[in-house]
Amino acid sequence: MRQGSWEHFEHEADIGLRAVAPTRENLFELMGEALTAVITEPGNVRSVETVTVSCEAPDDALLLVDWLNALVYEMATRSMIFSEWQVELHGYKLDARVSGEPIDRLRHQPVVEAKGATYTALAVAQDDEGNWHGQCVVDV
Amino acid sequence: MDLGRLQQETEYCWHIPAEGPMQGPGILYGDREQILQMDDKVYVQLRNVTMLPGLVGPAYAMPDAHWGYGFPIGGVAAFDADAGGVVSAGGVGFDISCGVRTLHTNLKAADIEAVKTELADALFAGIPAGVGSQGSIRLDPRQMDEMLEGGARWAVDQGYGKAEDLERTEERGCIAGANPADVSEHAKHRQRREMGTLGSGNHYLEVQRVAVIYEPSIGRQFALSEGDIVISIHCGSRGLGHQIGTDYLREMLLAAPDHGIDLPDRELACAPINSELGQRYIGAMRAGMNCALANRQILTYLTREIVRPILPQARLELLYDVSHNICKVESHEIDGTTRQLYVHRKGATRAFGPGNPDLDETLLDAGQPVLIGGSMGTASYVLAGTTQGEAMSLSSACHGAGRAMSRRQARRQYRGRQVVDQLAERGIVIRSPSLRGIAEEAPLAYKDVDRVVDIADRVGLARKVARLEPVVCIKG
Repeated sequence: MRQGSWEHFEHEADIGLRAVAPTRENLFELMGEALTAVITEPGNVRSVETVTVSCEAPDDALLLVDWLNALVYEMATRSMIFSEWQVELHGYKLDARVSGEPIDRLRHQPVVEAKGATYTALAVAQDDEGNWHGQCVVDV
Repeated sequence: MDLGRLQQETEYCWHIPAEGPMQGPGILYGDREQILQMDDKVYVQLRNVTMLPGLVGPAYAMPDAHWGYGFPIGGVAAFDADAGGVVSAGGVGFDISCGVRTLHTNLKAADIEAVKTELADALFAGIPAGVGSQGSIRLDPRQMDEMLEGGARWAVDQGYGKAEDLERTEERGCIAGANPADVSEHAKHRQRREMGTLGSGNHYLEVQRVAVIYEPSIGRQFALSEGDIVISIHCGSRGLGHQIGTDYLREMLLAAPDHGIDLPDRELACAPINSELGQRYIGAMRAGMNCALANRQILTYLTREIVRPILPQARLELLYDVSHNICKVESHEIDGTTRQLYVHRKGATRAFGPGNPDLDETLLDAGQPVLIGGSMGTASYVLAGTTQGEAMSLSSACHGAGRAMSRRQARRQYRGRQVVDQLAERGIVIRSPSLRGIAEEAPLAYKDVDRVVDIADRVGLARKVARLEPVVCIKG
């Protein structure tokens, strides 16, 4: 069960994604949902196909960028949109199963494509209460 | 922006004095109100750019500058390879060679009034636009590499347009030095179904009416008269460029310590021009530029094919095609010496003045057309480069209005259907796959393009030639 919350924050040209979660895994899953929400309402996306995604980076912040960019790539090349994210983390290595469906332009009314995750306003950190916070600006 | 941190040099010119790690000053162009309205992050980002190795002269922010990533959008900076200068994937951005192409026509506004809805529907049906749209052109690996080397020239050779189009395209349609081998398979795979597609966000194809001519003599040289219909296309290198940006930003970021570069902002990821990584990025970025040029050429072909049966008398000729996200090698006079520099323009348009040898001979008197895209429902402009722009901004001008509010704010404030209906009342036909997308691109979500262009004209970065008003807009 995924816990925590995500939001979009203001960026003049693009869109900021921000999430807070009790675990790092949940945080990355919520950032995946925040990315889908840039494109369409996540609640309108069915889970009918599953793909696997793996990436590895030197630290959490770069891993977040790599994760979002891997999702951008999978969405672009498969013409898919995602609605479920199951993330496993082993240090700075991420393995995920991601489910969604082919983009349906009438039903999803996709707003904008994500070009890539940037290093602007990028952060991943744990607070004193143990919650994980992450944010990243996505170029659209 | 806090004006207290700037030195005002003239009514429209503001300096960030060089100090500490800055290699040169920052210069912002704009009137007092524009500078005040700019986010403080533009100050921070412009100042960060001046800290990059090998900067030559100042770093500049155009009147439409706003918070970007790494570079401010509307940022210009040049670097000398022989002085340890860098090339920055962040300074070019994800949408490599995003730009505007404008076609002038022999049509007048009255010629299309009766068919503009039909025209809008046909363009919307025939121009792949928005998320999930696909082009009909599939390239095998060999054809992909040929396209990346050949740009718009390749597209014309394949039958997508005519040789005259190339004369009015930046770099005559093909930038030399592109190296497809420096482009990842991921990037090529991402482009597989995206040739001849418009993209989304602020990308568009617009049928426009020339509402005002400010400089009749230049207007004549650009074949523009009041009441004429023109067609403008705003898009870039699609998935291929986005993936090149993604790949090289990461690699440059991780390699920066090995190159002895202390990045003031990770998004300014860069590498020395004379390094192996720098050269690889340049080869890939140029391939991205050729992809953008080929893409806009194919979209031109599709547009001509769509317009022909509806308006058989129409002739669509290229006025110009110019990019506004790019790094290019150019000759500029610095302190009396001509130097070869790597000029980054991130959301800024090259604006060569009259007599520049890189211009087609038919443009030598007028200067380069500078194409400024508006937002949906607002005006666009054709400007011309000036002689004084060379010393003021390395021959660069603004590229558009820039957003006044975030997408989230716009979504809260506007409804897509309402925007469509309001524009229809003004005679503007909008077609888009997404009503939410239209809300996020609402005209008032952008700054006042008229004001941006007025200042660019008053400062002397470029001269106003024509104001274009939308008639039909296909949004991605």
